[in-house]
Amino acid sequence: MMRFLLLFSRQGKLRLQKWFTPMSEREKKKIIRDMTTMVLARQPRSCNFLHWKDLKIIYKRYASLYFCLAIENQENELIALEVIHRYVELLDKYFGNVCELDIIFNFEKAYFILDEFLMGGEIQETSKQMVNRSMEASDMLQEDDISEWYEVELFG
Amino acid sequence: MYFYNVNELYRAMSPSVPLQEMIRAIRSARTQCEERGVIQRECAAIRAQFRQADNGGRSHNLAKLLYVHMLGYPAHFGQMECVRMIASPRYSEKRVGYLGAMMLLDEKQDASLLITNSIKNDLSHSNQYVQSLALCTLACMGSAEMCRDLAPEIDRLLRASNSYIKKKAALCAVHIVRKVHDLGELFVPAARSLLAEKNHGYIPSCMHSAVMCMCLCCVFQTVPDLVQIMKGLVLSGYSPEHDVAGISDPFLQVRILRLLRILGRNNEGASDAMNDLLAQVATNTDSTKTVGNAVLYETVLTVLDIKSESGLRVLAVNILGRFLLNNDRNIRYIAMTSLQKIVGTDHNAVQRHRGTIVDCLKDQDASVKRRALELSLALVSASNIRSMMKELLLFLSSCPAELKAHAASGIFNAAERYAPSQRWHIDTILHVLTTAGGDVRDETVPNLIQLITNASELHCYTVHKLYRALLSDISQQSLVQVACWCIGEYGDLLLRGECQETEAVQVTEDDVLDALETVLQSHMSSPATRGFALTATMKLSTRITDNVDRIRSIVSIYGSCIDVELQQRAVEYNALFKKYDHMRAAVLERMPVIEKNSSGHTNGESTGEAMKDIQPAKIKQGEPLLPPQPANQVCDLLDLLGGSDETLQPSPAVGAPAPGLLINTASIAGGDLLDLLGVLEPAPLAPAPTLPVYEKDGVTLTLSCEKQSDTGLTVTLTASNSTESDISSFTLQAAVPKSVQLHMKAPSGDYLPARGTAKVTQMVVLNNPNKVSPKMRVRISYTSRGSAFQDTVQIDSFPGLDAAGQ
Repeated sequence: MMRFLLLFSRQGKLRLQKWFTPMSEREKKKIIRDMTTMVLARQPRSCNFLHWKDLKIIYKRYASLYFCLAIENQENELIALEVIHRYVELLDKYFGNVCELDIIFNFEKAYFILDEFLMGGEIQETSKQMVNRSMEASDMLQEDDISEWYEVELFG
Repeated sequence: MYFYNVNELYRAMSPSVPLQEMIRAIRSARTQCEERGVIQRECAAIRAQFRQADNGGRSHNLAKLLYVHMLGYPAHFGQMECVRMIASPRYSEKRVGYLGAMMLLDEKQDASLLITNSIKNDLSHSNQYVQSLALCTLACMGSAEMCRDLAPEIDRLLRASNSYIKKKAALCAVHIVRKVHDLGELFVPAARSLLAEKNHGYIPSCMHSAVMCMCLCCVFQTVPDLVQIMKGLVLSGYSPEHDVAGISDPFLQVRILRLLRILGRNNEGASDAMNDLLAQVATNTDSTKTVGNAVLYETVLTVLDIKSESGLRVLAVNILGRFLLNNDRNIRYIAMTSLQKIVGTDHNAVQRHRGTIVDCLKDQDASVKRRALELSLALVSASNIRSMMKELLLFLSSCPAELKAHAASGIFNAAERYAPSQRWHIDTILHVLTTAGGDVRDETVPNLIQLITNASELHCYTVHKLYRALLSDISQQSLVQVACWCIGEYGDLLLRGECQETEAVQVTEDDVLDALETVLQSHMSSPATRGFALTATMKLSTRITDNVDRIRSIVSIYGSCIDVELQQRAVEYNALFKKYDHMRAAVLERMPVIEKNSSGHTNGESTGEAMKDIQPAKIKQGEPLLPPQPANQVCDLLDLLGGSDETLQPSPAVGAPAPGLLINTASIAGGDLLDLLGVLEPAPLAPAPTLPVYEKDGVTLTLSCEKQSDTGLTVTLTASNSTESDISSFTLQAAVPKSVQLHMKAPSGDYLPARGTAKVTQMVVLNNPNKVSPKMRVRISYTSRGSAFQDTVQIDSFPGLDAAGQ
């Protein structure tokens, strides 16, 4: 299973954190520190796999963001790389040519997309269209909800 | 100016300013301090908002708080708000509420229990997206308690809902089983039926649920089903929705392979059933793209983990071999990690790819290099040692610094195990010392010296080589130390000039002394090295003829050296020149061959040896019933069971017996070595009152004692047998507290005839210098009617003594 997924910028600022096992705040902070230091220190043309404690860390840089995924030791690293890539594709489809700013200003959407793709440390849905459809439907539901509220506000 | 802008911006904000404006404000803060200021104000506003009654901007406020939380600021005051939002009827609020729950609440927080009810309600909501929120949250942070509560709900959803929900419920079930293993059985039937369904959309998740359940139940009847599904994916069916670079749903394929791996692991039958499929996947999968390689990699991992036939294993190793040649360094890396895991079990198969592996030593990537080094060292064998060593030495000269120590020690180990000849071995070590001398371990120097002394025919060759190495470079300390040592020992061979193995070089005495002096004076030499050099110089005084005076002057100069160690040596050598000149030749002669000291020799063993060497005394009365115990346990003072029967009271040289040592009655017959009090009492007369201390199975033991002095006490134990059968091999053993010393005299006998017709007496002398309250534990052993008996009795008070034992 996957243990955690982190997104951070080249300056080490955290943009997204998803934890698939329960951990205290202190542990989370420590892990974030460790990951950012380790990954940012890597040479540009090195291997995308690292060992850390008893986990394998798979990281990949997309433009100004580092995607860092931790998996257990018996898992397949190559497919983990594909998981990262698939998530980026999903974000790209949703935001249209996604960039770091999209993820900063719409972080909750990034989480919602992630929650349609992965769950409990496992892959939930392997079809891109299905994930997109679910997101669209949920967003529409939310819109209806909000517009309802606006109407109430306007009328009184 | 800038600060003014930020303030203005903030003033323009209304309490329910949308999330994005706040983010902009935070991002535009130039310093950490400013940012903190903005965030503090925001948090205060958010807190105020939370306290108010239901207002439209609740989801925005919580979202803002979550953003602040991601930046690393405390957000625990939002936990209750999450709970409230989750209970809201509005989807937008639920959505953010659940997100907040996943970010701020975990099973360690008390507040997490409060959402259990909401989750329960939402699981049966009419809208599937609400259900999905609940399922997702449960799978993310559900505690064991929550899981137990909600498991039946999940099972219901697994059976009767649409495919979208089924898939999420299945993953939720996986989480539940992980948290509470027992609940696995609950989900088995539902998981089985999911496997039988044909739709792509949710098979991956149900697969995993099936994995967990099957792990618990070890059911491999699902193997044919899985094989079927997999075949379908690999051979036929192009589903554009699930296709990745020409491979049908690679995520699913990898999942299935993983499950097959678990099912086939120690199971012959299951492994057989999947053999064909694995071969098919291995040969048919396109390996030009990473996805294809991912599937192939999983196949290889599965093949190597189950009980596969050898042909399939060879196929798997060949795939790894192909991976080694791939351009993608990720793939080379994982190939090597996998090969490393199997190099022990499938050694021959991996050997076939040795060439490629050795080539990877030259790879650019440091991780790949490290893996290649490990693998290469594992592949060294007697047959390939020469060629492998060439490559390894080449690697050593150009490898990154962090790998040098590991490489050097690996090379030494390999050389030691497979060296084809001594000369080769010495050459190899010298090579390592010249290239990586700074990174070798400290034991290398004595090990090498020991090796050299053992290769007596090569002394001449070795010393020549080392001399030449010394001339070229004196920075590598290990090398210089060994060189100095050899020159000191075999200097005469060096000066003789001729050498069979290497070209002769004319070396004069002055040259040699020059070299040693250079080492002595160089700032690069460590104190240890200079010590070596000085000793070597001294040794040469018996091996050379003309320049002894030079040596004398060198040695006397160092008599006033600042380095204390060096000074001491020099002074001693000076003395050797002056007062003890007659001994000099003998002291400095050739050293004997050093025996290799086995590292397994521990102190424990040697003391054990020493103990065993103590001769057991002539045992007068029969064999003791107890088996001999190791000497170490004797120290357990009041533990009668730890007595060593062979250990006696120590020899007369020792003043008193070790306190509390368990003394066997079979002590030295007739000789009271340690008669502490000088009182020899042949007959155990006991005018003092007697006390029965033991009575069981017809055996009675009475005790009487008599004070001999302020600290001495004589105790007499009398045994009698009132049973109908005779008792033989009757022995008594005694133990006393630490501070009391004990000496047992020889018993009167060991035979107790039936019906009390005769008694056995045993006298025990106690010395109680610390005047503690004396206690004694006595063990009785005897044989009656063919069986052995044993018992223990503790005596806490002695008759005739007051409470304080006086």
